[in-house]
Amino acid sequence: MRNIIGLLTLSLHFGCQGTVRAAHDEAETPTSYTALEVAGGAMGDPVGSPIHAVLTSPPEVPPAVDRTTPAKVVVELEVVEKVMPISEGVDYTFWTFGGTVPGSFIRIRQGDTVEFHLQNHPDNKMPHNIDLHAVTGPGGGAASSFTAPGNQSQFSFQALNPGLFVYHCATAPVGMHIANGMYGLILVEPPEGLAPVDREYYVMQGDWYTVGKYREKGLQPFDMQKGIEENATYVLFNGSEGALVGDNALQAKVGEHIRLFVGNGGPNLVSSFHLIGEIFDKVHFEGGSLVQEQVQTTLIPAGGAAIVEFTVEAPGTYVLVDHSIFRAFNKGAVGMLKVEGPDAKGVYSGKEVDAVYLADKAAPAAPIAEASQATAAGTLSLAQQVDAGKALFQGTCSTCHQPDGKGLGDVFPPLAESDFLMADVERSIGVVLNGLSGPIEVNGRRFDSVMPPMSQLNDDEVAHILTYVRNSFGNKGDAVSPEQVARVRATTERPQGAAH
Amino acid sequence: MLLHLYIAVAVAQVPTDLVAIRGGAYRPLYPADPEVPVVTVGPFRLESRPVTVGQYRAFVQAHPAWAPGKVPAVRADESYLSRWSSGATLADEQPVTEVSWFAARAYCAALGRRLPTEDEWELVARASTDAFDASADEAWLAEILAWYGRPSTDTLSWVGRGTPNRWGVHDMHGLVWEWVEDFNNTLVSADIREAGDDERSRFCGVGAVSAQDVKDYANFMRVAWRSALEGRTTTRNLGFRCAADEEGP
Ligand code: HEC
Ligand SMILES: [Cu+2]
Repeated sequence: MRNIIGLLTLSLHFGCQGTVRAAHDEAETPTSYTALEVAGGAMGDPVGSPIHAVLTSPPEVPPAVDRTTPAKVVVELEVVEKVMPISEGVDYTFWTFGGTVPGSFIRIRQGDTVEFHLQNHPDNKMPHNIDLHAVTGPGGGAASSFTAPGNQSQFSFQALNPGLFVYHCATAPVGMHIANGMYGLILVEPPEGLAPVDREYYVMQGDWYTVGKYREKGLQPFDMQKGIEENATYVLFNGSEGALVGDNALQAKVGEHIRLFVGNGGPNLVSSFHLIGEIFDKVHFEGGSLVQEQVQTTLIPAGGAAIVEFTVEAPGTYVLVDHSIFRAFNKGAVGMLKVEGPDAKGVYSGKEVDAVYLADKAAPAAPIAEASQATAAGTLSLAQQVDAGKALFQGTCSTCHQPDGKGLGDVFPPLAESDFLMADVERSIGVVLNGLSGPIEVNGRRFDSVMPPMSQLNDDEVAHILTYVRNSFGNKGDAVSPEQVARVRATTERPQGAAH
Repeated sequence: MLLHLYIAVAVAQVPTDLVAIRGGAYRPLYPADPEVPVVTVGPFRLESRPVTVGQYRAFVQAHPAWAPGKVPAVRADESYLSRWSSGATLADEQPVTEVSWFAARAYCAALGRRLPTEDEWELVARASTDAFDASADEAWLAEILAWYGRPSTDTLSWVGRGTPNRWGVHDMHGLVWEWVEDFNNTLVSADIREAGDDERSRFCGVGAVSAQDVKDYANFMRVAWRSALEGRTTTRNLGFRCAADEEGP
């Protein structure tokens, strides 16, 4: 009863090169055999009784293999479809391997024979399977693991090639299964193992497509059209905007040698992986056996991985980003590594980087959450809007217009007692939504500059911010309602595919 | 728990009304013969709603061989009607799920009916509320797809709630997956991995499907879904409805 629908669909998208193997490029090449021979004695029958693989949730990594002989390793992985936050106040129905995005980390040794059990939770709506890039054989296990909800499949493979590999679901429509979070990493250690380090972490990037725009509150469905257009709403490390920031930041101590296993699930975007304030001593680029040294930014393809290593010399917060940088500022591709220990001023002295990069996140969430609850309950007051707007203003507008609203020099006009701002509410809404450029006059002074559109803000947020600025810094005005913002938004032409 | 005990008062199996479908042509996602991308479906009749828990209970009373725990493993897996005995609250008007293909067929046969074929089901499934063929209506396709974005642990709503489609049929989308008679026809007639290049090129021929079809993600899912099934499979989101030929009871 098993079949290869997922693969067929893949080969269909890839132009159908005539064999199902084209589903991905894992033909057993002579090179892979060479690698094995060099490894010498890696292969052979499993030794000892079967071992149950230790699986870990991100960002943790299972302990090193620590075996000199191949073994039979049993892996049990459960597919769970569940709602989790993708951002503050934003939920998404994730499809997961093991309940997390990315899925559980699997660590084995070259030559191991893996007995893989894929379980599809009975509450799930979808059939799923798994394609492990570490498997040599048509479809990487996808055909033999196709599993309806409430069922499980079993298949075995021998790990012939060492490296860091992506695994993912390959059920049609594949793009959607991956876009919903169905990917993870499997590390196949070479027989001699990896050099010991002080800490190892697991980070995986993915791009997300939601009907609502970035940070629009509520349960957000998958947007197929945006997926096809590769117009990502979020680009995230470990499946949520908060996954690696604040209390969830990766931790280390000064002087430690750190190894990150970094994957990219895609489905679409290629990552320019960068750690602000560090240079990677070593990068196993593409997860393979070659090593590049002294790397600033490493490219990680969708469906690919890299192992990066570095030593942290100075305390502070280091920021992980996709250096395709709008993704970091406007789509969430930010994580943190917090390093504690004695100052090393000789190496670096200065302020923390995250203050700049995470200005946006600095907004205290409480008043904003309170305002959204009040909106839902229909009890939103002017005071609540002002509080929420103040928090949002600090994160969004104050860099240019200044925290006191007085503006800066001849470039950023004042919002404090601004006749331009107060004269026409709808025009001010339009300024925030669409930006403003060209000559204007504010309180008799001329400005001729450019304000970018703040289109990442939703209607509620724009309403709160404008209510705040129109009732602060010496201004006195009415509340601006989300409906007013919606009306202005609706009457504005926007290019197709732009955040709306 | 209480609910299913008190239902134990025998009731006759009440059949759902049948809607006459005059037939038509539709474009399957994976045509059986790539030379014939459009399939013609003859006239038949289809139940206007999925079979409910209440209706299935009546069936089980009349046919105790289909009671939970009585069905041999080859005809229904362990989770067959498992929530009937787990204390879960099931309303009579919810669609019955956790039924195997064998069980669904037996239910329909008891009414002198049968399961719809995949072609019949898909023809009717292409209708939106106002068009018989809405397969080019992107907004409607997106709406179907949205069902997959909704949490799976939600309690199933009652059958026949929303607006029927253009044929007058309810719940073709957005409630449960449904069995069809030939669910394993599309791809699983044999173990396809051993079927040789002929078979592959047949499906590769699907590379010729129009871009519009490739965007019908919901349809991909139905095909993928059906091909994940065995006749004994039962799941919490899989139900069925019966069909009948043009003439008949
Ligand atoms: C990147 C810098 C920048 C940011 C961030 C920014 N603005 Fe502006 N804003 C400007 C500039 C520059 C102008 C003047 C444009 C011109 O000269 O045409 C301006 C003009 C304005 C005006 C009209 C002139 C006035 O002073 O009344 C308003 C209102 C305004 N901004 C509100 C906002 C609000 C509210 C936010 C936050 C949601 C915001 N701006 C964020 C740079 C910025
Ligand atoms: Cu999947």
